[in-house]
Amino acid sequence: MLNDAPLQASRTPDAQNQPEVNVREDKDGLAVAFSGNWTTRRVHFVDHDVRALELRGDVRKMTLDISGIQRIDTAGAWLVERLIAANAARGVETTVVGESEAAGILLHAVAEATRGKEAPAAPASDNIFIRFLETLGRGVYAGRDDFIAGMYILGSTIRGAQMKLGRGNAVNLAAIVAQIDRMGVGAIPVVLLMSAIVGAIVAQQGAFQLRYFGAEIFVVDLVGILVLRELGVLLTAIMIAGRSGSAITAEIGSMKMREEVDALTVIGLNPVGVLVFPRLVALVIALPCLTIAANFAAIGGAIAVSWLYSGIPPEAFIDRMRASIDVSTIFAGLIKAPFMALIIGIIGSVEGMKVGGSAESLGLHVTSSVVKSIFVVIIVDGLFAMFYAAIDF
Amino acid sequence: MLGRKNTIIEDAPRSNGEHEVVLSARDVTVAFGDKVVLDKLSLDIYRGEILGFVGASGAGKSVLLRTILGLNKKKAGAIKLFGIDVDKANELDRQRLDMRLGVLFQHGALFSALTVQENVQVPMREYLDLPKKLMDELALLKIELVGLPRDAAVKFPSELSGGMIKRAALARALALDPDIVFLDEPTSGLDPIGAADFDELVAKLRDTMGLTVYMVTHDLDSLFSVCDRIAVLGNKKVLVEGTVKDMLASEEPWVKSYFRGKRARQLDLAARN
Repeated sequence: MLNDAPLQASRTPDAQNQPEVNVREDKDGLAVAFSGNWTTRRVHFVDHDVRALELRGDVRKMTLDISGIQRIDTAGAWLVERLIAANAARGVETTVVGESEAAGILLHAVAEATRGKEAPAAPASDNIFIRFLETLGRGVYAGRDDFIAGMYILGSTIRGAQMKLGRGNAVNLAAIVAQIDRMGVGAIPVVLLMSAIVGAIVAQQGAFQLRYFGAEIFVVDLVGILVLRELGVLLTAIMIAGRSGSAITAEIGSMKMREEVDALTVIGLNPVGVLVFPRLVALVIALPCLTIAANFAAIGGAIAVSWLYSGIPPEAFIDRMRASIDVSTIFAGLIKAPFMALIIGIIGSVEGMKVGGSAESLGLHVTSSVVKSIFVVIIVDGLFAMFYAAIDF
Repeated sequence: MLGRKNTIIEDAPRSNGEHEVVLSARDVTVAFGDKVVLDKLSLDIYRGEILGFVGASGAGKSVLLRTILGLNKKKAGAIKLFGIDVDKANELDRQRLDMRLGVLFQHGALFSALTVQENVQVPMREYLDLPKKLMDELALLKIELVGLPRDAAVKFPSELSGGMIKRAALARALALDPDIVFLDEPTSGLDPIGAADFDELVAKLRDTMGLTVYMVTHDLDSLFSVCDRIAVLGNKKVLVEGTVKDMLASEEPWVKSYFRGKRARQLDLAARN
């Protein structure tokens, strides 16, 4: 025990300051004498003794001699007052003697602040089954509310950034372009690098396995179809969800926290139109463009690995690719991009609008924005795969 | 770390006389870059008094407060709290000092992620070794002492009105029953009745616990009703200090217009009628 020595030292401070409770049985009740310093820093030494007095059932009269108390502050006064109140509640006659002027004022102040008020009822704790059901129910309702809020934002966006008094649709082109620059152009380096590496890895792994069958050239089919239909758009969407979805939530959330969103409403602007619309439009434009760039980077990475690792020259790779994929493969991937952009933007905005007053709530909603958008993006990708399979696309 | 809670358990030393100086600032100079905000300012605060500190907006009241609390660096001078030079204090002394002061920031500065009760318990948790139940009771007591309803204890700061935030912040400042509290515009944002209650509360705490109060305020009512002494900040130092009478007698132009201006006269008139 590291702290043994100081602990020992602190438990035995100079005896005259140590708070104490002395109980003496009298012929007609209990004579209790308090002494020492009853201050915030020391009351925990006597809390237990006082509580024991509050629970004693065998007394009808109690005399509290507090003349021995040298210093008292609100914490000490609370202990005394708590005992007096407990005595009053169970019909024990209490007399307080020997209070100094300061202690009297303090006791009076504490009594005034607390008397006549019931202790707050402890929240009833339900059993684990009820709590499970409660969590489930809350989850379902929260999901429904999220969906409705998302539809509201989508609807408001499609309806356009309305202005009041019929000034028509004032689409702020500058805001949209600025957002495309931040969310699209700014993301190009990281998306290109990530896609090139993933394309190279898929090509290397594919070539390694196909080598056993002497079918190394089919790595081109593998990479081409996998990247163009699935990986390019999915990885880009995940990257954008982490990069821009979180930014949208944090921006809108901190504006919500500081009542800027309310200020927009009062000025007569639609917050969805001003804040969400440009970001959503920018994402819907930027994500397909980024997907195209990602596709090129992934195929580029695959070409490089095929050449260096499997000895397939780039000309042969491109020749083979022209045979294995057609324009529908490319579109099968690209069509998904705007949907994913909408999902990221809407979830980011909904979470941003849900931010409450505290810093903690902001962090919570940014996290849940990223988690939810990545999750929904992957689900939607799966739904598209099933849909394509069903229509033989 | 483990031993720390126990090493500072002893009570603050008792006052050793009527006019013990609790806080003394000597020749304090504070400058931001080339701009000198406070120039050789000296100020004493005595135990058990309520000092009202006034000054024009931007005169450096908050800078002085922050300097005393060690949140701003000073260029020169010395600040002694309870006779201990805060610059030369070792870590343990510094902690003892921190335990003996409470601060009410102008905008409350409550921790937004904690409820009011948890906010009040932050200093208790940090410095004291109290059982959970007693800590809850004491936190509730502090909350009620500052005039908040019981159900406010479980609310978060974002759910409180401006006046309630002030009170909750005072409850936190009083959590350890400090010897001196610094109040930065405590009654701004309170309705007049609430402000009067607040003043009364401060006076009551002073009477019972020998609390010393350093109050930055613009509330003439507070200055007239509870402050024992008033100090006026101007020209980068303390222009005048003294009782309300001294203020009314002062010929300094700013002091004159502040205490004998239109608003002060109206208050005076209203009081007489």
